[in-house]
Amino acid sequence: MEASAIRLRDLRKSFGDTTAVAGVDLEIRDGEFFSMLGPSGSGKTTVLRMVAGFESPTSGTIELAGQDVTRRAPFERDVHTVFQDYALFPHMTVEQNVAYSLKVRRVPKAERLVRARKALAEVRLEGFGGRRPSQLSGGQRQRVALARALVGRPRVLLLDEPLGALDLKLREQMQIELKALQREVGITFVFVTHDQEEALTMSDRVAVFHQGRIEQVGTPAEIYERPATAFVASFVGTSNLLTGEAALRVLGESGTHSIRPEKIRVLKETADPDEEGHNTAVGTVAEVVYLGDATRFLVDLDGGGRLTALQQNLDTSAEDVAGYRGTRVRLRWQRRHTVHVPD
Amino acid sequence: MALLTRTAGALHRRPRLRLALLLTAPLLWLAVLYLGSLAVLFVSAFWTTDSFTSEVVKVWSTDNFHELFTTPVFRQVILRSVGVALAVTALCAVIAFPVAFYTARIAKPSRRPLLVVAILTPLWASYLVKVYAWRLILSEGGLADWLLKPLGLSGPGFGLPATVLTLTYLWLPYMILPIHTALEQLPDNLLDASADLGARAGRTFRSVVLPMVLPSVTAGSVFTFSLSLGDYITVQIVGGKSQLIGNLVYANIELNLPMAAALATVPVVVIVLYLLAMRRTGALSSL
Repeated sequence: MEASAIRLRDLRKSFGDTTAVAGVDLEIRDGEFFSMLGPSGSGKTTVLRMVAGFESPTSGTIELAGQDVTRRAPFERDVHTVFQDYALFPHMTVEQNVAYSLKVRRVPKAERLVRARKALAEVRLEGFGGRRPSQLSGGQRQRVALARALVGRPRVLLLDEPLGALDLKLREQMQIELKALQREVGITFVFVTHDQEEALTMSDRVAVFHQGRIEQVGTPAEIYERPATAFVASFVGTSNLLTGEAALRVLGESGTHSIRPEKIRVLKETADPDEEGHNTAVGTVAEVVYLGDATRFLVDLDGGGRLTALQQNLDTSAEDVAGYRGTRVRLRWQRRHTVHVPD
Repeated sequence: MALLTRTAGALHRRPRLRLALLLTAPLLWLAVLYLGSLAVLFVSAFWTTDSFTSEVVKVWSTDNFHELFTTPVFRQVILRSVGVALAVTALCAVIAFPVAFYTARIAKPSRRPLLVVAILTPLWASYLVKVYAWRLILSEGGLADWLLKPLGLSGPGFGLPATVLTLTYLWLPYMILPIHTALEQLPDNLLDASADLGARAGRTFRSVVLPMVLPSVTAGSVFTFSLSLGDYITVQIVGGKSQLIGNLVYANIELNLPMAAALATVPVVVIVLYLLAMRRTGALSSL
């Protein structure tokens, strides 16, 4: 059996009285684009820093490619990191920054230069080698940080919220480029982010962190369509949760259930209530939000509870939207989109 | 109250007047007293004295400077003074770096302000007391001799080494402080990044810490160098028979004021050259 790129066993980390990581078991496969998703303070960055070797775990083990590296220094691990604020060396040129890991490993100067230039070309920064980091824009610095971490072809690349400081357009562009780059170099990427959309678009698999633990590991589709816990359902995407009495009345069974807003259709109250294989509920529109490409309805159900429904603006337009508030509607969605969430 | 508001309003509308009120006093001080006396110094260096009465004769001549560069004693003293200042600066840098590294990066953050205060406390003590304390330490049979005796050595005694040692002690805080600040401001993640890219501690120190802290060493050196170059009291107390520029200025001031002025111009010029050299390293922007 092929060894996985990273294997974490019961990893724990406390800082004084606070527990940052409370027991994480995880296997990341070779060549995978893996995301660690969670709100700030969920322990994802601490896990990353332990894998890099900047923090040593309170207990548990870290294996890289089948080798226990738990007690090894960062420079003894075949792992490179792209830092959140890039951590470029300000007194070096871009080329010197990129070539740093090669220089440390005593790669001859001529080869160093060739490889640094190639790495800069990979991130589309040809001709920037002579500049200082301070002369670059945020997006360019980010690419330099990437090139610097990739030039030594580590077994694993760790990325700590690398797109956090970029504006939306640039971020979306970098998401696509990062994914393409990962496919091209075939290195395992471990990507830490609090942005669920980012995690879903780029990853092969995602681990959702909450309070120092992993709530769910799975492909983006699994995470989104089949959230394993109420936290995952609410943190990843917008989610409707129906619980207790309301769930009993609308769905015919109690417990917690999640329905994604875009799965729900908003119909006239008089629409047929008994369509095969569907759930349905009647209510009053409490709020309407026009989003440009879509409209969001917040509907208070007669049976208790509130559901959000998202409708593409195929036929509706901005003028119609205001008139919807206070009207009576019927919501309908396919029964298979009602996901039971274990408590 | 209304008058106050009106005045404040009037000032608010006249930024130039505001600036004038703010800067008139300090500018007068700088221009008249500071630059003025420097100018007088420079001009009087071109005068001469009547060799019988020691009266200043206001006749323009470059004899003083000619004498300065041709008399071997003067040349020696100038070179010696610059040498002492450089030695003090180098010694300060070598001692200050580890101290600052400890206070800025190893000591607990909560204890750092206390350590900085501890480094600064010697500056509160009188200069003379400190130098005489060193005289006691370095005197024959003093602390230095006593400490070195078991090793079969004796202290340096009075002379230039003693002067360098004492000046190093005096100006050390001026070197530690800027280095401490630079080390404290050094982002942790740069050190993490260096280790992450495969560098051991030694390499990280050479390739990341040192180059980033070097400007602050140069900044500190401006203090230690200029303070050492201008000092003439320490050398009188612990320097034995050695003389530095300051001593020559002091000795000439009664007998030959223009010559003293010419001598005094030398450290000014040396320091200006030193500052120009330091500016090329970019150190002055970190002051």
